[in-house]
Amino acid sequence: MMASSYSAKEEDGHPSGAAGTSNSSAMKSKKPDNTAFKQQRLPAWQPILTAGTVLPAFFVIGLIFIPIGIGLFVTSNNIKEIEIDYTGTDASEPCYSCSDKSKGNSTEPTTPCTCEVSFNLEEPFESNVFMYYGLSNFYQNHRRYVKSRDDSQLNGDISSLTNPSKECEPYRESEKKPIAPCGAIANSLFNDTLKLFFVFPNGSKSEIPLIKKGIAWWTDKNVKFRNPGGNNNLTAVFSGTIKPVNWKIPVYELDTDPDNNGFINEDFIVWMRTAALPTFRKLYRLIEKKNSITPALARGNYTLEIIYNYPVDKFEGRKRMILSTISWMGGKNPFLGIAYITVGSVCFFLGVVLLIIHHKYGNRNNSADIPN
Amino acid sequence: MARASEESAMEQKRRTRKKSKKKESKSRSVHSNLLYASFTAEENPNRHYASNKIKTTKYTLLSFLPKNLFEQFHRFANVYFVFIALLNFVPLVNAFQPELALAPVVFILSVTAIKDIWEDYRRHRSDMEINHMDCLVYCRNQKKYLEKYWKEIQVGDFVRLRCNEIIPADVLLLSSSDPDRLCYIETATLDGETNLKQRQVVRSFADLDCEFDPIRYNSITECEKPNNDLNRFRGYIVHKNGRRDGLSKDNILLRGCTIRNTEEAIGIVIYAGHETKAMLNNNGPRYKRSKLERQMNVDVFWCVIILFTMCLFNAVGHGLWVWQYGDKRPVFDVSPEGTDLSPVLSAVYLFLTMIIVFQVLIPISLYVSIEIVKICQVYFIHQDLDLYDEETDSQLQCRALNITEDLGQIQYIFSDKTGTLTENKMVFRRCTVAGEEYSHDANARRLAMYQENDSEEEDFIPKPDTLSRRDSVTSHQSNKFVHRTQSTKSHRRTGSRAEAKRASILSKHTAFSSPMEKDITPDPKLLEKMNDCAKQLSVMRNLGQHLSNLSPELSDVIDFFVALTICNTVIVSSPNQPRHKVRGRFELKSPVKTIEDFIRRFTPSRLTSASNSSSFTSLVTNKSFLRTCSSHLSSPSTDAINKLEDEPGRFTHSEYSLSSQQKVYSIEGTEDGELRYEAESPDEAALVYAARAYKCALFGRLPDQVTVELPYLGKLNFELLHILGFDSTRKRMSVVVRHPLTNEIVVYSKGADSAIMDLIKPFPSTDIKSKHQRRILSKTQNYLNLYAADGLRTLCIAKKVLTKEEYAHWLKSHLEAESAIHHREELLYQSAVRLETNLQLLGATGIEDRLQDGVPETIAALRKAGLQVWVLTGDKQETAINIAYSCKLLDHEEEVLTLNADSQEACATLLDESLHYIQSKFLNNTPNYSVEDKEVDFSFSHVSSSFSTVCCLGLVIDGRTLAYALDKSLEDKFLAVARSCRSVLCCRSTPLQKSMVVKLVRNKLKVMTLAVGDGANDVSMIQVADVGVGISGQEGMQAVMASDFAIPRFQYLEKLLLVHGHWCYSRLANMILYFFYKNAMFVALLFWYQFYCGFSGSSMVDQWYLIFFNLMFSSFPQLVTGILDKDVSSQTLLTLPQLYKNGQNSEEYKPHMFWINMIDAFYQSCCCFFIPYFAYLDSDVDMFTWGTPITTLALFTILMHLGIETKTWTWLNWASVVFSIALFFTVAFCYNASCPTCYPPSNPYWTMQRLMGDPMFYLLCILTPVVALLPRYLYRVLQGTLFPTPVQLRRQLDKYIQPNLSITHKNQKTEPWLDPDNHFQPFCKPFLKDRSSAGEQLPSRKRPETPKLSENGSAGVINTSKSYSIDKENICLQNVHLWDPSSTQKNLPNSETETLPFTKDIVDFDSTFNEEDFVLDSVLDFSDFNLLNWITSTPLFKSPRHLGEPTAQNFLKTAESNRGGCPQSSTHIESKEGVANGQEEQLACTTATDVKAVVSVSLKEGIVETMLL
Repeated sequence: MMASSYSAKEEDGHPSGAAGTSNSSAMKSKKPDNTAFKQQRLPAWQPILTAGTVLPAFFVIGLIFIPIGIGLFVTSNNIKEIEIDYTGTDASEPCYSCSDKSKGNSTEPTTPCTCEVSFNLEEPFESNVFMYYGLSNFYQNHRRYVKSRDDSQLNGDISSLTNPSKECEPYRESEKKPIAPCGAIANSLFNDTLKLFFVFPNGSKSEIPLIKKGIAWWTDKNVKFRNPGGNNNLTAVFSGTIKPVNWKIPVYELDTDPDNNGFINEDFIVWMRTAALPTFRKLYRLIEKKNSITPALARGNYTLEIIYNYPVDKFEGRKRMILSTISWMGGKNPFLGIAYITVGSVCFFLGVVLLIIHHKYGNRNNSADIPN
Repeated sequence: MARASEESAMEQKRRTRKKSKKKESKSRSVHSNLLYASFTAEENPNRHYASNKIKTTKYTLLSFLPKNLFEQFHRFANVYFVFIALLNFVPLVNAFQPELALAPVVFILSVTAIKDIWEDYRRHRSDMEINHMDCLVYCRNQKKYLEKYWKEIQVGDFVRLRCNEIIPADVLLLSSSDPDRLCYIETATLDGETNLKQRQVVRSFADLDCEFDPIRYNSITECEKPNNDLNRFRGYIVHKNGRRDGLSKDNILLRGCTIRNTEEAIGIVIYAGHETKAMLNNNGPRYKRSKLERQMNVDVFWCVIILFTMCLFNAVGHGLWVWQYGDKRPVFDVSPEGTDLSPVLSAVYLFLTMIIVFQVLIPISLYVSIEIVKICQVYFIHQDLDLYDEETDSQLQCRALNITEDLGQIQYIFSDKTGTLTENKMVFRRCTVAGEEYSHDANARRLAMYQENDSEEEDFIPKPDTLSRRDSVTSHQSNKFVHRTQSTKSHRRTGSRAEAKRASILSKHTAFSSPMEKDITPDPKLLEKMNDCAKQLSVMRNLGQHLSNLSPELSDVIDFFVALTICNTVIVSSPNQPRHKVRGRFELKSPVKTIEDFIRRFTPSRLTSASNSSSFTSLVTNKSFLRTCSSHLSSPSTDAINKLEDEPGRFTHSEYSLSSQQKVYSIEGTEDGELRYEAESPDEAALVYAARAYKCALFGRLPDQVTVELPYLGKLNFELLHILGFDSTRKRMSVVVRHPLTNEIVVYSKGADSAIMDLIKPFPSTDIKSKHQRRILSKTQNYLNLYAADGLRTLCIAKKVLTKEEYAHWLKSHLEAESAIHHREELLYQSAVRLETNLQLLGATGIEDRLQDGVPETIAALRKAGLQVWVLTGDKQETAINIAYSCKLLDHEEEVLTLNADSQEACATLLDESLHYIQSKFLNNTPNYSVEDKEVDFSFSHVSSSFSTVCCLGLVIDGRTLAYALDKSLEDKFLAVARSCRSVLCCRSTPLQKSMVVKLVRNKLKVMTLAVGDGANDVSMIQVADVGVGISGQEGMQAVMASDFAIPRFQYLEKLLLVHGHWCYSRLANMILYFFYKNAMFVALLFWYQFYCGFSGSSMVDQWYLIFFNLMFSSFPQLVTGILDKDVSSQTLLTLPQLYKNGQNSEEYKPHMFWINMIDAFYQSCCCFFIPYFAYLDSDVDMFTWGTPITTLALFTILMHLGIETKTWTWLNWASVVFSIALFFTVAFCYNASCPTCYPPSNPYWTMQRLMGDPMFYLLCILTPVVALLPRYLYRVLQGTLFPTPVQLRRQLDKYIQPNLSITHKNQKTEPWLDPDNHFQPFCKPFLKDRSSAGEQLPSRKRPETPKLSENGSAGVINTSKSYSIDKENICLQNVHLWDPSSTQKNLPNSETETLPFTKDIVDFDSTFNEEDFVLDSVLDFSDFNLLNWITSTPLFKSPRHLGEPTAQNFLKTAESNRGGCPQSSTHIESKEGVANGQEEQLACTTATDVKAVVSVSLKEGIVETMLL
């Protein structure tokens, strides 16, 4: 306030500076510049939303979306997928005994319960097959659960190893020793073991080789997850820590392969990437096509052998094993294709409707209406 | 005992405190600092007073943080957000990383803080600058004035001020280099008044003629405490000898004013620094809350309710979720801190968590964004060229920054008349003297000429007289740069850069002296009389005859002009040395201030009186004595004069000779015969100029003397004894002078007719003389009424001759009143009233107050915009009504209800009667008409009187009746009457009444009000209204200071309201709605997710995105749109004021729109959530890899939503959208690549990078926004097609007109079609009815080609086949070819033959009309006619020079090559009748050659066709 009023005064009589400069400033009129911006006359595009103008957009959308949708739908349909639920909540199911058993005293280290589920592939899975395990009703996205981890510890930070983050509570310490890996996510690691056997018509089984590497994100495996002190002698490194409460084996015994042990165990890494929705699947193994002639999984009978450890009855969850081939757009999901087709059709239909409207009413407003 | 003593001690303490307080509050006494220079600081009695150092900064380095935060937390939203951020620090409920959650709040707070720091720093710098300005302060030790900084000045210091210096503090004037002991100051910076004000040296020092010596000053000044009243200063000065002198505002120089025309002034500082009146007057900008903001706050409240509902829902959900597991806690239900929570407790905790998660619903950045947008809007309003007044080099000022959008919602305008509607440039029009009227016809003609010239003024070569004035003004300007050591007389600058126009303008501005006001053409009859009179007088004087022998009429004439000349406060300055008063004499005399003085002056012996006086005032110095003596000695026979002095009617030779001598000394000013008059009010100047036209010129004015130049008589010095200034209660002013010719003491009074007429001496006797007088009186009264009827301002002039005894008697009481300290005003008033009695009427004047440019058009436009215009004026009823007619406020066709009541009861009956009358009128009309008319009156009410009689009632009410009507019991009735009148005119209303009316309307009718005024009497009204607009005109700045917006001219109100108001409103309304939508939409995403995460408060959107989404990713486009979006172009808005209804009815932001937006937000978030949900259902996707696409989708959807809502896309819009998206991806990329272990829990390392390689991501990005926006888009499309609002229709038209308009942008001002006169040609209903009833065939839709009418038949016959080849884009251009009869006739001497084919063409065309195709739509859409109408008023881009080019392309080219060159006549339908006639004629007699104008209805077809493509 003062500033403005006084600067005006100064112009008005106070001798300041050389006459030349002050003259020029004083002669400056307050007249605003006549520029397009200041006069709000910037060239502008004015879209007008009337039936006539937007018609093409609807048709174009329709014409683009429908083919995309069809493409997606076909792709999705070409994906072969089989899902085996082995929870065993019902007495008739093969794994009922195991689930029943785990219900009782899951914490007690008992001999692992094994059960077998048979299924039949009516069509061969030609290309590489992804083997997933699926859980439902498992809220991996629970707010406190998601937080319950220590990324520094998982990244191999020694100090975090012995002094995990507070976020890991209440799975931070056990028996006065820091838990490695700490937190609820790690604690609830899925620990069923799945094995797949091809059952020859003669009844003999042959185990299908399951590849356990390459199932995690490359960046997770190589950047985010690190064993403390490198990959050698994990036992020593983890000596000051204790395994998570629910685990049967310590983290350094997850695998024998040093490149897949400790924190960089891929099953562990996959589990640590918390699922978005309560029903989810996680990649378990890969079944690679051996050669170009034989399919990855031939038609026939298979047996899934499960070492049943993971209790899901507490939250009425289901456990599934899924075998699926994969396409450029991921797993089998017809939704996107259908959605595209639907939206495309709707747009096309609306386009037609608008065309009618335009012809019927569009002119009305722009033609001279005569009052009664 | 102890208690008692304690009590007594307390008592004592209290008493002392009281005492000191009392002393404090009573007054301030100022001593000279020099007396205390040797003492310690504690002993200086002035030590308690503020120093002159000013500090307007709010903060210091230390206090900034706490103080600023404290201030910011006054805003409730900030407290809310800080509370939520702090809530995040509680581990039990926290949802985000606490530090991160604090970020937006901190950001918002720091942005505001930085703004505050910057403002404070600017204040600090300006303070520094001001504090370090130099000033001469007397130093005791060195016994001279030394340069000091302003900040070092203390109360009690002596300062020496030189010409053109700014006064550093409030200074009591003790000495002036001016021989009259005056000092002139310019107070423009304080009150904006540009005329010079006189200040007088304190009385006891005025007689002192030696150099003022501060050391010897030992008086004590007692004055009131610092206050902010610029026009009041009371106090007295106590001299050592105990003498007291009263002080008034005439003795004080206020800080911030500039010394002019005075080489040097010395004074003692009374108030310094913050206690000066200037600083105390300095209030910050006003804070008002706009209507839109109030509405918004309601919706913010709804948002809070929605938020709480959502949180509650989630809490319950979570409780149930926990409860369903019972005791078996699943592995994923991590209990906080190892404690198991019961479902209820976890629900409670979750509630708080959800508040944190959903906090975004209450838009944190809303307030900041609104502020930014408003500031930018203000900037654009400031920058508008159309609101810039070149004449005064002033532009619109927005003083209130936060009510710009209110401008778009105004419903009632209350306007002052004088200076607002009129120019406040008073022009002498006519007068009556001694009962005889002098009509001044030539003068009237001259004025009419000016009126015509006004519009073309710009192109005029400056007239000789303006040229001559240029010099003066530039020299005046150069004052600014002349170093103050230079003498004030050397201000002339050689190289004049100022344009002549500007110069003339400035001179107009400064001195009420436009050529129009100055060059008065005298009435020959009166001039002759005046000459006669002067001749006779001079003869009589030479013969030594008694002057009273003059015939009464002639003596009245001369007295009349003398009164005009001297009964004012006009100061004379010469044009070459502006602001430098003309010295008319050598003699120094002080005005009559004491009885002794009076006796001295009016005793026979002058010499003795002189000696007496010198002995009386010991202070009189040798110098002055010598001067006095020399002046007396120079006269031939002093003794003789002295003897003669007492003899009335004898000429005083000394005076005469003196005045003849003066001619020699008079400065160049007389060379061009032009003196500049500086008047405080324009009326005064007008009268002085009028008198000058009759050769009775005011030549000089001094405090005690006025010099008047008369023909034959030369210069006469009137000894000025008293001036009884004008005040609003007396409504008159008087001067008491000694007449040099008769030596009588004469009182000249000038005032409002009502004030003077009552004071005229009654003539009880029946002798001829008094009969004659009575006749004069009644005649004059008649003429006065006549003048008022003509809309002139009337003033009566009267005189009174006092005998010495009377005068002495009066003087005694008057002097008492003057020296009183308490109730001085009242006493002075009474004293004045005592004097102004038994006057003799001389005559009356009629002054014209011209309407400002464009006022009728502006009022018409505003009214068309649905605004009710009320005029509240203090003028007489007749004058007011006349002005109202001339500015089209009242229409001659409409009935005027006049309410004049003498009592409450009468008023009540009157109101009842008028109410009945109005009701009966309404009933008489067929109901459908009245309803319809009410609905659509915006476009049709005025068109035809037969249709709009109901709406065309005018109400005139005078101040007295208004006072009754505003009474509680009657106000409802009054409002009911006033509401049903189209225009309301309140005359003779006081400022208080004005504000009461505004308040009444505002509160009772619940409407948005705007008050516009220019003077101090409008201030209260301006302050009461929702929006106050001040006109920065000639009456000072008080109205501007009180206003929210200040405009240079009334006509700018049109653009300010219709364009800027509309824009500001629609922009802000849309932005606010969008804000609510945006936040709701984003928050709803999280809400849906809660169903899939056990209501645990989890969010799949990364915290960073969540928190910065509003602040960074989606904020820029909406700001750009909020600042730049234009729903309709300014041209259209001006052409169709009806569009303003949009804002009045709050159509952009209605309560239901908030809910529609909310529903849309929830729908859109559904799409953005569930499409990815289903796409990723039962897959191995992890939370944040799933959440990131959702965020991206939401961003796209939100931006595209804005895209749908944006009406105009400039490159800035595009840039901001691109920038937003780029920013999001850049941030996402950097963030996702930066740290593999940070940012728990999302830990988004490489997520985005991986997503970019996933085709699914792109597929979602394409599909989701389409689905999400489909309903809104479809709604907009259908609404735009089927039920377009007027605004939308206009926009649709705009688009096609726009390319053509852009051609003419450059010459907006001169575009004829922008001229409001020409473009309001609504198709009146009767006309349309005629057409339809006549079953006329109209061009059908099936025939897109229209009857082509070339405006120039000789070359421009366009046949239909040609029009087919024309680009569709130009069809609308083609369609608007109009015929102008004049141009046709002019250009077509051979039209007979040439036009025949063309007319034949028409016939053919008409015959092909298909009646079936003619759609008679029963649903009348008036806007369509406006649309049509609009086209008809579109200019044609044709120029007569290019008549040979018939195609539209050529027209375009032509137009481009001749921008703005289209002659008005050829591009216009000249009137609405023209249109109608043209239509009829065309259809009736198509062979006629002078088809006036053809507007084909089918021209719209062309537009439709274009739209289709």
